[in-house]
This record gives sequence, C-alpha cells and structure tokens, in this order.
Amino acid sequence: MIINETNAAPGSVGCDQVRSRRFRKRLRHDAIQFAIIALVVALIGLLGYAVKEGLAQKGIKFSFAFLSNAAGFDISEGKTFSLSDGIFPAFEAFTSDRSNGAAFIAGIFNTLKVAVLAIILSTVLGTLLGVGRLSTNWVVRNLSFWIVEFVRNTPLLIQLVFWYFAVVLHFPPLAAAAKWYGGVIISQQGLYFPALSWSGDGSGISIALVSATWVAIVGFIVDPVKGMRRVCVVAIVALVGVLFASGFLSINYPVASKFQASGGTSLSPEMAALLLAIVVNSASYIAEIVRGAIDALPKGQWEAAGSLGLSRRNTINDIVLPQVFRVVLPSFGNQYIGLTKNTALGIAIGYPDLFNVYGTVANQTGHSLEGIVIVMVSYLLLSWIISAIVSWANSRLNQMGASR
Amino acid sequence: MTLMKALTAGVFAGLSFAAADASASVLDNVKERGVLNCGTDNTAPGFGYLNTATGAMEGLDVDFCKAVAAAVLGDPSKVKFVTVTDKSRFDAVLTNQVDVVFAHTTIKPARESSIAIDFLPINFYDGTGIMVKAEAGVKAFADLDGATICTTQGSATETVLTGAFKARGWKTSKVLTYENLEKLFAALNSGRCNAMSTDKSALAAWAGNSPKPADYLILPDTLDKSPFGGFVVANDSKWRNALRWVHYGLFQAEESEITQKNIDEKLESEDPFVQKILGVGGGYGKDFGLSDDFVAQAIKAVGNFGEIYDRNLGPNTKMYLDRKGTPNALWTQGGAIYSPLWN
Repeated sequence: MIINETNAAPGSVGCDQVRSRRFRKRLRHDAIQFAIIALVVALIGLLGYAVKEGLAQKGIKFSFAFLSNAAGFDISEGKTFSLSDGIFPAFEAFTSDRSNGAAFIAGIFNTLKVAVLAIILSTVLGTLLGVGRLSTNWVVRNLSFWIVEFVRNTPLLIQLVFWYFAVVLHFPPLAAAAKWYGGVIISQQGLYFPALSWSGDGSGISIALVSATWVAIVGFIVDPVKGMRRVCVVAIVALVGVLFASGFLSINYPVASKFQASGGTSLSPEMAALLLAIVVNSASYIAEIVRGAIDALPKGQWEAAGSLGLSRRNTINDIVLPQVFRVVLPSFGNQYIGLTKNTALGIAIGYPDLFNVYGTVANQTGHSLEGIVIVMVSYLLLSWIISAIVSWANSRLNQMGASR
Repeated sequence: MTLMKALTAGVFAGLSFAAADASASVLDNVKERGVLNCGTDNTAPGFGYLNTATGAMEGLDVDFCKAVAAAVLGDPSKVKFVTVTDKSRFDAVLTNQVDVVFAHTTIKPARESSIAIDFLPINFYDGTGIMVKAEAGVKAFADLDGATICTTQGSATETVLTGAFKARGWKTSKVLTYENLEKLFAALNSGRCNAMSTDKSALAAWAGNSPKPADYLILPDTLDKSPFGGFVVANDSKWRNALRWVHYGLFQAEESEITQKNIDEKLESEDPFVQKILGVGGGYGKDFGLSDDFVAQAIKAVGNFGEIYDRNLGPNTKMYLDRKGTPNALWTQGGAIYSPLWN
C-alpha cells in the first residue's frame, strides 16, 4: 500500500522518501530487537544476582570443589574413568575411595548403558509391533494392538514398579535358581550368562590367530568382495575352533556362591527391570510411529508390489520398510531422547543411574544445587548427542536414497 | 506476551527468594501463621508413622512436633505434619516449606557444615544395625561377606556400610539404596537384599509391625552410633534457642518428676526450682519470645521425655526398645539424657 502511494507521485523525491522510510522502519526493527535482547540479558543477570544473594543469605556456598573430594559411598554397579596409571584413561568399577566427580561419571555410564541397549531393543521390538498391527493374521494383529494400547495407557513409573517388584524380584533365589543351557542363571540376585574369556599369553601365535578371526568377522560384516561371506563364515568357525582347542579362548561359566554368582557376565535385577520397562514402553510408541508411516504410504506401492508378484514378506521388507524408515527417523529421534530421559525413573527401583547418584552425592555433601546443574547439563548433552546422531543418520539415509 | 509474563514472574520469584525473611525469625512467622509446619516421616513406626487404624500421626518425632506447637502456640493441635523423606528433609527446611524437621535424622558434621541447617539437642540415641530374614541362617555381620545389603538413599547408613566393608576388606559386598523404608523392606522380603541396614530402632519397628516378627533377626552388631536430632534453618538463634529449651524442659521435667498427670499439682508447687521450669511467677519464656509457661504447655500436651518415650517405644509398644543401660536413659540412671541447669 505504501509503495502504491509513492508510485502515485514518481520522481527522485518519492524514491528518497521510500528509501528513508524503509531505513527508519529497519532502524526501528533493529532497535526493538536490541531492546529485547538487552532486556533478556538484564533479567537473567538480575535473576542470577538475586539467586546468588538469596543463597549467600541462607549461608549456602555455591562451589564445585566437592567434586574432587572422596565419595565415601559405594554404588551397586557402574564403571568410571581412572587417570591414575599411564596416559590412557582406564575404565574400571567405581569404589568408595574415588571422588564425587567419578561417582557422577559412573552414574552417566549406567544411564548410557540402559539408554543405548533400550534404543536398540525398542527399535527392533517397536518395528515388529508396528508391522504386527497391520498383519493379515488376526491373532498377531490383535495381540500387537492390545500390547500397544495397554502399555501406552498406563504410566511408565507404574510399569517400572510392576516389572521390578512383581516380575524380576519373583525370580527364584540364587540357591534355587535353575541352570539353563549349562550356565545361564536367572535369579533375583541377577541374571548371569556365560562369557568368553581370553587366557592367551600374548605369544605371536595367539595374537595371529585372534587377528585372523577379527579379519574374518569384519570381512563377514563389510563383505568387500561380493560373495565372500560364506568363506568368511567357514574361516570364523575354523579359527574359533582352533582357539578353543588351543586353550587361548575359553567359556567362563558363572558359578553361584553363597550370596552372588561370580564369573561370566551379569545383569543386575534393577537394570533388567528398568530395561524391560523402558523397552516395552518405548516400543509401543515406536510401533505407533511405524504403523502411522506405513498407513501414510500410498496404496499404489502395495498394489504395484503385488502386481509384480512379490510376496507380502518381500513387499514389507523391500518396498515398505525402506521407505518408512526414511520418514520415521526424526520421530524415532524424539523417542530416543525421551527414552534416555526416562531412565531417570530408575531411582524408583534403586538403579544407580545419573539421577540416583546425584541424590546420594547431594545428600552426603549437601551440594544439591551444584549437583542438579551437573545432572541437567548431562542430560542436555546426551539429548544433543542423540539428536545429532539421528540427524546424521537421517541425512545419510536420504542421500543414499537420492543417489540410487 | 506470555514470554514477558514468564520473565517478569521469574524475576519476582528471584527477588522474593533473595528478600525472603531478611530479618524475621521463623518463630515470628509461626506465631503470625498460628500453625506450626512440622516435617516428619510417615513410614517410621515409633518415630513418625501414620496409624492407619486411627488415622492419626504417632511417634516420638510427632510428639516433639506437638510439644513445640504447644510451647509456641499454646495448643498441640495447631500443627500441620508435612511428610519428608530422607532425601527431601533438608530442602524442606531450607525452602521454608516447614519450620522444623523431626525425622530421625543423624547428627553429623557434613550436614551442619555444608547444608545451611542447625541441629537441635539429641532426642534419641540410636545405632546402625543389620536385619536379615531368620531363614537365611546369618548370625552376625561377619557372615555377610559378599552379600548385598540394602539401605535408604540419603541416609548416613550408606557411608557407614561402605566403611564397614572397607574395614573388613570385603571386596564383593554391595550396597543397594532405595527411596524409602517401605521399598527397602519389600526388597528384603523378596530376597533381593540379603540384609537391610538402617537405624536399629527402625529395624525393630519394621520387624515388630510385620505380620510375623519371628521371621526377622536383628543382628547383635552395631556398626556405628547414630544420634538423632531435629533441625531448623541455620543462623536463626531466636528460633533455635526457643526449641532447644523446649527439649531441655522436657528432659528436666522427667528428672524433676513433673508429668502430664501431676502438672496441675506441680503448678501450685512452692519449690522455687519447679516454679522456674514451669514459669510460675515469671520464667525464661518471655525472653525466648514464648510465653512464660511454655514448658508447662508442652508437658500438658505430650508429657515429659520419659512419657513420650514410653508412649512410642516403651514396653507396651510393638517395637519395645529398652531404655535401661542405654544412653536414652536419664543421666541420673547412667544414660545421656541431660538438661542444662534451670536456675
């Protein structure tokens, strides 16, 4: 409208008017932006000052020095960094003589352990459930539907308490626990599995054997020369057989003693319950995302696949899911971030995740405010890392799609 | 607009945080409000426990809340019980959510040095104990090498256990922490925990209140001492002193044999010492910002310390803890319950 007005009187004067008006408009716009920024900075400063004064008045000292003090308490599981020996940081179990900062790292380690496993497992389970909801099989379809409905409509905290107190803690006690398949112990003290154990002496022959095995495994996964997978499998089997026969590699079975089992690898009951609760919960949300994306796919895709004579399984695996994954990855990312934050509920069943460890540190040292700042920043970083990985995967996936 | 609103609200919150109680003592706030906000546990039989049969709060800590309400406001019913957990109890006082906390809290230096609270006199002498299920066949703490021992999060027991493992060179023993005693007890019953550890009084209470007390065994070992005391926000000596002398009044009343029953008689007493305690003809109450008869009010409400003890932990309770020969007895009987001079 303004331009129309000035156009009514053409000439250099009108042009100048337009320019100066635009300039003023821009100036005003910038001034407002500056004013808002200045106001926000001032408010944050004022708030920070007020909080600092308030804390000082109550005699609360804000300092992170407590992080280097010895913790003095134990954490039931979790690993932390150690810089004590050598240049390379070692990764070892947390003990009470380590610092409070090391305790926080052990907490982050436990959070990550559950989050990473839950992301992998819930993606697999969620995709299966999502596809199951569209299955032509009545039983599978309805089972998937009711699992998803039930899980999505009850609070996660209650599901967690259920999995822990009603399921995991009702496993048999260690003494009575059955030993399945020669070594798996499922008890309320924990889930124990046999593990591979390396007892090689570092001699040339043992190192050569192991290197060869790794090369075969990598070859199997990457498959640089097409059609070599079978050869690789045969090589892996043969090499592992030789390793066992020579005694360099052995299976370490868990052995139950009076209170716990030793050897093998284990999963604590708290970790098992938290993992179960979060995987089942996230999987049902992921199932809905997958189902929605499949539903949104043009019907022509199914029909085209059908008219080409593809079976339903091939249609889903080769036509539907590749397209679905391209669409759902950002939504999955959201789900992964939510899931990671949900691990903080582990405190309800005594799982020593980051938030739980924070509680202990805050109570032993009294530095509650500093602790919560550390916890919040840690979760923020975790969320950013996850979303960065997901968007990287997303752009890669879309690039691959475009180049084909 | 909403952003602006949020920002202004934030600033005001910040300012009020700074300006909160610049000079006023909690004592003045309580009197102005007319109600005492008292932080207690509600899952600790004998100390702070919601009696589901009567719907009333009961326990030693609860009685101290009532005594304070009676001393400050003249009416033991003018108290609002705010449930606090082992973890939330300090923040509850720091944020003025409660005026005082009586929640079986162990007095230890880190709590006064780095949390801005001040402790009140010790009102119960406890020790860290261990409880196992009788069927486990464990007879002493020494049998528990390699066991998983559970306790509550934020309690002093966490570090006590760690220290005990270290002293004995136990490498594989584990400490597992739960949010509250209820979950802890459930975990012991399920078998997840080989033993549970907390203050002996709490162990006795949980075993005593269970359907089958004989299923549990409290081991003879006492890992550490744990003296309990209430606490208030730091640097408020007016409030803290008033509460300290409520404690001492209750201790002295037992020593001077002033009870809930004979209080009216004693108010007529000619004994100048008794008159001083009860504030007959002028006492110390006014100078503390209370009424002169504050000790008399407290005794009328809940009785002297011995009566409070017997009501909650005495022979007629499920969790009977004998006073005799323990620090919980009066100093005249070899214990540690001792009041400074009232003169």
